[in-house]
Amino acid sequence: MNHGTILEMRNIEKDYFGNKVLKGVNLTVKPGEIHALLGENGAGKSTLMNILFGMPVIHTTGGFNGEVTFNGSPVALKSPREAMDIGIGMVHQEFMLIPGFTVTENIKLNREITKHNAVSRVLGDSMKSLNMTQMEKDARKALDTLGIGIDEWAKVAGLPVGYMQFVEIAREIDKQNIKLLVFDEPTAVLTESEADTLLQAMKKIADSGIAILFITHRLDEVMSVADNITILRDGELVAALKKEETNVTQLAELMVGRKIEKMAQRDHDLGDDSNIVLKIRNLEVEMPGEEVKGIDLDIRKGEIIGLGGLAGQGKIGIANGIMGLYPATGEVELSGRQIELNNPKASLTNGLAFVSEDRRGVGLLLDSSIELNIVITAMQMKEMFLKKLAFFEQADAKHIREHALKMIEDLDIRCRGPQQLTRRLSGGNQQKVCIARALTLSPNVLFVSEPTRGIDIGAKKLVLDLLVKLNKEMGMTIIMTSSELGELRSICDRIAIITEGKVEGILSPDDSDANFGLMMAGEYKKVHGKEAV
Amino acid sequence: MVELNVKDKSKNPIGGKIKSALFNNIVPILFIIICSLGFKFSGLPAAYVVNELVARLARNSFVVLALIIPVIAGMGMNFAIVLGAMAGQIAVVAVTHWGIVGVPGLLLIMVLTTPLAIIFGYMTGKLLNKTKGQEMVTSLMLGFFANGLYQLLFLFLIGTIIPMNNPVLVLSGGIGIKNTIDLAGTIKYAMDNMIKWNMFKTMAYGGAFTALCMFAYTGYKTVIEKNKIRLNSKPVITGIIFILISVMGFMSMGKKSPFVIVQVPVGTFVFITALCLFTTFIVKTKLGQQFRTVGQSMHIAEVSGINVNKIRLIAIVISTVLAGWGQIIFLQNLGTLNTYGSHEQVGMFAVASILIGGASVTKASIWHAIIGTLLFHTLFVVSPYAGKNLLGNAMVGEYFRVFVAYGVIGVSLGLHAWKNLVKKKK
Repeated sequence: MNHGTILEMRNIEKDYFGNKVLKGVNLTVKPGEIHALLGENGAGKSTLMNILFGMPVIHTTGGFNGEVTFNGSPVALKSPREAMDIGIGMVHQEFMLIPGFTVTENIKLNREITKHNAVSRVLGDSMKSLNMTQMEKDARKALDTLGIGIDEWAKVAGLPVGYMQFVEIAREIDKQNIKLLVFDEPTAVLTESEADTLLQAMKKIADSGIAILFITHRLDEVMSVADNITILRDGELVAALKKEETNVTQLAELMVGRKIEKMAQRDHDLGDDSNIVLKIRNLEVEMPGEEVKGIDLDIRKGEIIGLGGLAGQGKIGIANGIMGLYPATGEVELSGRQIELNNPKASLTNGLAFVSEDRRGVGLLLDSSIELNIVITAMQMKEMFLKKLAFFEQADAKHIREHALKMIEDLDIRCRGPQQLTRRLSGGNQQKVCIARALTLSPNVLFVSEPTRGIDIGAKKLVLDLLVKLNKEMGMTIIMTSSELGELRSICDRIAIITEGKVEGILSPDDSDANFGLMMAGEYKKVHGKEAV
Repeated sequence: MVELNVKDKSKNPIGGKIKSALFNNIVPILFIIICSLGFKFSGLPAAYVVNELVARLARNSFVVLALIIPVIAGMGMNFAIVLGAMAGQIAVVAVTHWGIVGVPGLLLIMVLTTPLAIIFGYMTGKLLNKTKGQEMVTSLMLGFFANGLYQLLFLFLIGTIIPMNNPVLVLSGGIGIKNTIDLAGTIKYAMDNMIKWNMFKTMAYGGAFTALCMFAYTGYKTVIEKNKIRLNSKPVITGIIFILISVMGFMSMGKKSPFVIVQVPVGTFVFITALCLFTTFIVKTKLGQQFRTVGQSMHIAEVSGINVNKIRLIAIVISTVLAGWGQIIFLQNLGTLNTYGSHEQVGMFAVASILIGGASVTKASIWHAIIGTLLFHTLFVVSPYAGKNLLGNAMVGEYFRVFVAYGVIGVSLGLHAWKNLVKKKK
């Protein structure tokens, strides 16, 4: 091969509307190697892959700087189609499989082998009949390469989730000219033994000369299969290592390590478990993409507890499950009282309030005024802000206005007035309206999910300061879910790291980067033994 | 080879299998029960009912079969087959005006219908591509809208913009087509009477021929193509069943039996069989695979490089053309064209039929269409008599008939929704 590399990306820079997400990243992949790409959410991995595949999102936002060389010649890919044509394949994180089709049909999707028949000779190629025998042979060959004993004529719908991943991979390696295969967190949905099979299959593929770019969070898998490792953090290349030169702890440290800005100085008094306000036992939530698989957690009165962890591990599901937005099982006890699950009304009337991560979807009535947004839940749940007129209940406009003005002043919502539509507000102010609504319910426990997602840095600080103020002045217990570890570490008293739907461990904000990194990668218990539990 | 631990799912007790078979076919089973009760209370002789059903199957099943391909392509029930029916009727009026009769007239009508139906289907498809997810409501409303244009054409444009000097067809004022057009002298029975056998002869020869085809097919697959993987026993079993039918037919021939009155329009059935074969064939082609992919997931189809809009367009065009031809078969059997009414119920009745047969808006097959047509028309035949016998008033039965036509759509859609709900909970 030319220069001994299959893919070379040099000095890649990319910004979205002035916000730099990649700051001069290099990536070199050799034929037949397994190259791991590590990094937290938002480190720039997906952007780098989008550039590699020529995704439209890159071109509609002004392209990128830097050069990409594939198989010895510079390329400028304009669409995923072109990437496929030159031999780059992608195993998607979410399955691109059709459940009603057989394994063969899925592997050969829109690449069916056809043969002529009487009709097709007259009416053209689309009337050709399918050569099932040949298709099944090809599919069998691809499956055998992976070392998977799936029947090629089985329907995908009945297969366990783990198998579907393999069908997806078989589809990629069945393509004749494939030279580089990107695995985007392929083991996220697999059980341990399935993941092992997958890793073995990856080695087999690499042995046949196909290069593999392996994106993952699981550090032990990286150590077991990867030849080279590239680590990104905040859009920068932190390290490019050989596997032999490193270990799990170092990788974890490199992945997470960052300066923590103390936004609001707090004395972190860890307290003890004598004053539990919310008791969660064996909570399981079926939230697609954020499944919770059995959580036990005690929330102390008056604390800010952070729920951290990587995307897709289940941290988001906890608040959504307790608030009844997704089907949940288990026990949740608020100051000794059982709370009925799967019933949002029960959760709300019992003194729980929720600021959703989906601000514009679940959180706000975008085309209603600020004041209506603030009081709507209280009107529905607690029959506040209503006045009775014979048989009818009417909104108490005067009372609502008073309350809204007070909230706007207290939370410093920057707006033209209480009647402004929430759609027109900036992200930070929208978030404050959401918090105001939650506060109107005067809850005992406040859930806040991703409070700073999609708002600018200045507003982030204001929102976080507000949460600290609520906690200090009103003694409100706050459960804050966030993907940004730095933010959790700046305001929380304790931080529970959620990995694979379970609590991996609870850390103090001052714990070392390596500990956070290990926990997020699910390696903490392995490295530290039983003491962590 | 690395084997993953597979959960053994094959161990399903026979009781469970029967239960799930009953559950999966709950809609047709319910209507079989209703039909049997209706037949019992109607007191009609079996031969009469069978004769009626054979005629109605020949008359109606073609249009019902036209619904299958859009369902496979994920577009739900195509109520817009009404547009195809209109295309057919426009051609019928034109050819009747030109005075071409018999089989040549019939063929000319079919030839004329095709381009019209393609244009109508193309426009329908364009609209449905803009309203993805609401295809059924859109196509239903489109049918009503098109009816307005159709009336404009035949009530107003004929005789004013389109000159037509034909006192038989045109209203006495010189503008507009008459309400009913008699096809007796032109294309009535043009296809039905090509070959007409009684029931036993049809059973004897038809059964023998079908069995022969089945065995020839199996022979071809095993000997010529050497397709030994998973040898399909279905054609063999079907062949044996048809041999039995054939033998029964031969034995009954010449004997005295009330069923001798049953006349089978063989030509029409050959045409319908051809459509069934065509549908089976097209599903197995590249195009058919694309229909199925689009039907299962438009997103994945798009990602794997299929032009989703084009495929959906083709599905609707095929459906509309078939519906046009189906309407011609319907009219040549009926013998009169109700200019402003014949097409109106086509969509509704066809959808009701296929739903009774056990199809849903996401799944439909040839058997759903055939069984559904049989059941739907059994209800049509027996319910007035059953109503008269039970309640002493034929009007009640008549009412029941209309009620059934619309009711079944609601009931079967409801039952399918309920089935999905139960499946989800499992």
